[in-house]
Amino acid sequence: MKMLSSCISGLAPAVAKPAAATLRRGFLTAMVGLAASLHATAAPPTAEVNTTGLSITDTTVTVGQLHSATGTMAISETGSIQAEQLAIDQINAAGGVLGRQIKVIKEDGASDWPTFAEKAKKLLVKDKVAAVFGCWTSASRKAVLPVFEKENGMLYYPTFYEGLEESKNVIYTGQEATQQIIAGLDWIAKEKGAKTFYLIGSDYIWPRTSAKIARKHIENVLKGTVVGEEFYALGHTQFGSLINKIKLKKPDVIYGIVVGGSNVSFYKQLKAAGITSDKQTVLTISVTEDEVLGIGGENLAGFYSSMKYFQSLDNPNNTAFVKAFKEKYGEKSVIGDVTQAGYLGPWLWKATVEKAGSFDVDKIAAASSGVEFKGAPEGYVRIHDKNHHLWSKTRIGQWNLDGQAKVLFESGLIEPDPFPKGYQ
Amino acid sequence: MNLHELWSIFVMQGFAGISLFSVLLLMGLGLALIFGQMGVINMAHGEFMALGAYTTYFCSTLVQDHAPRLLPFYFPLAIVLAFVLSAALGAFVEWAMIRHLYKRPLDTLLASWGLSLIMQQTYRSIFGAREVTPTLPEWLMGSFKPTDAIDIPINGVFVLALALAVTGGLVIFMFRTPFGLRLRATVQNRAMSNAVGINTKLVDRLAFSIGCGIAGIAGAAFTTIGSTGPDSGSRYIVDAFLVVVFGGAANLLGSVASAFGIAQAQSILEFFLDGTKGKVATLLFIVVILMFRPQGLFPSKVRSS
Repeated sequence: MKMLSSCISGLAPAVAKPAAATLRRGFLTAMVGLAASLHATAAPPTAEVNTTGLSITDTTVTVGQLHSATGTMAISETGSIQAEQLAIDQINAAGGVLGRQIKVIKEDGASDWPTFAEKAKKLLVKDKVAAVFGCWTSASRKAVLPVFEKENGMLYYPTFYEGLEESKNVIYTGQEATQQIIAGLDWIAKEKGAKTFYLIGSDYIWPRTSAKIARKHIENVLKGTVVGEEFYALGHTQFGSLINKIKLKKPDVIYGIVVGGSNVSFYKQLKAAGITSDKQTVLTISVTEDEVLGIGGENLAGFYSSMKYFQSLDNPNNTAFVKAFKEKYGEKSVIGDVTQAGYLGPWLWKATVEKAGSFDVDKIAAASSGVEFKGAPEGYVRIHDKNHHLWSKTRIGQWNLDGQAKVLFESGLIEPDPFPKGYQ
Repeated sequence: MNLHELWSIFVMQGFAGISLFSVLLLMGLGLALIFGQMGVINMAHGEFMALGAYTTYFCSTLVQDHAPRLLPFYFPLAIVLAFVLSAALGAFVEWAMIRHLYKRPLDTLLASWGLSLIMQQTYRSIFGAREVTPTLPEWLMGSFKPTDAIDIPINGVFVLALALAVTGGLVIFMFRTPFGLRLRATVQNRAMSNAVGINTKLVDRLAFSIGCGIAGIAGAAFTTIGSTGPDSGSRYIVDAFLVVVFGGAANLLGSVASAFGIAQAQSILEFFLDGTKGKVATLLFIVVILMFRPQGLFPSKVRSS
């Protein structure tokens, strides 16, 4: 319900009465002047910062948010929706972007890829939003990409994903696959002396590409062996046969790339079959704090996740972020990797707009290279000079009973490499 | 890898197949009653399962917040409550919707699909879009170890026992009680049953309600295996229909046999091939058999009019 009401308030300013226009403009200009003097940053005139007819006034700038609030993906995307809204609220409270308050139009992709494309088109063509924060699955991103490229929009995409993509119109605030996978595998090979791996994933593009990259790294760099590689349909709940195969092959590491509801069944059944952390090393790239909520800490205790962000990270940025998030969304809410990446989007956009001195998409796309965000809860991120992905660290967390992870390892800043040589 | 270990894996694999069998059986039973006996295609069957699962989740949250000491004991009670709630809702749905559509089977399909959407959205509004898992009592979670190398999951044993108990109960109910007799009579010849004084409307309502109640039990039992989300039901429904149609719609024994066949085929194929190929092979196998036996494994012996 909360989402609905803010959606309506986002739409409201589009309706203005022409009769009072002149009078109001004078008033608005005065207000802008006032706001500008209050924030001590002069808001540059709209004609200067908006040459392509985006929905920007002297006091506001409209952006879009495009996630699944309904359907099967709502489970995952809710966190991103919340974090992006939080970032926008904080930016507004701090004076907005180029002296303009951000207004949000929320659209629901409804976990349906054609709907995503349709809503993206609506946001860009009809609403003329300056930027869109959205999408979660690769399928939804692939569906909207042609729309963003044709209509020249700007998308900030929060999920860790399989890579093999790069666009002038997208900033990828999550990790691409090599960033997330390689550091984790190196760590587990070094710490646990792991040589044999069993790769298990859900059956769609991200787990399959990730497994491919993991296999190449295991075989070519770590000189280990992949003793099994299997994919199960999304929503699969019976892993009995698989678990027996694992017992037969006795891998040093089970590498988990299972997502959604299957995840819960998978870890519950591992535990029920006596596969626990004292006997078996499990490393996953698909479990964040959000998933643990469903799986239950007791079923994961002692297993490892390889992510760029954990809620338990100990730094001032993160402490403030977690506090603000819980104040807004409740004490029980948890923050996973993608939620944090969602939070980065609006801040990176703001920094880029201020660097470019303009809301024009072409200027933002060009100015994005090298933009930093020092207030990131994950520490520090910077947009790559060439490929619109982020430089970021990878961490290994070990899950506790309470559903939080203890961070055991932190890499240095890793260069994003969406088209990795030797891994395709 | 020695012989002893291979033997252990063989035993555990056997159990994996039986465990899948019990899950499929629980999914299909309620539907076998409603679809098989009454000819009503209830697309909301999965949502009744989800209702059972959410009831369990609700009980677990309640117990955890107010009486954590009862945590080891609440689960059987939650199953009973799941049955009662689902059966009550089933009776209401029959009264409000299904009974008006008995002569229009395709409209029932559409109407019950609409109902399933309404129920999904209700779950989403009440429990949120995230998947939830109840806190299960510790005794359900571990494994039973007859030897060092064999782990039999206790939740699997539990679901198996429950599936057998429900099937046994349903068989006794159908074949050893006066109501079961009336139900079978109604299925065979409605007009004649009416004529000899059976209240067929009441029979319909009870049968539908019990079918939904069994779905509720199934849902509650599945919380030990997986999580529950607003659209979990739509994941269950395909398998449930598969079991009933493959078994021969009007025959309870058929559903048992079909659940067993599908489960064994799938778990053995998954073991020797992999997850995706195992599923494909199982479905192909079912398609081929249905091509030669469109009535299913155990077709109804009733003369079709």
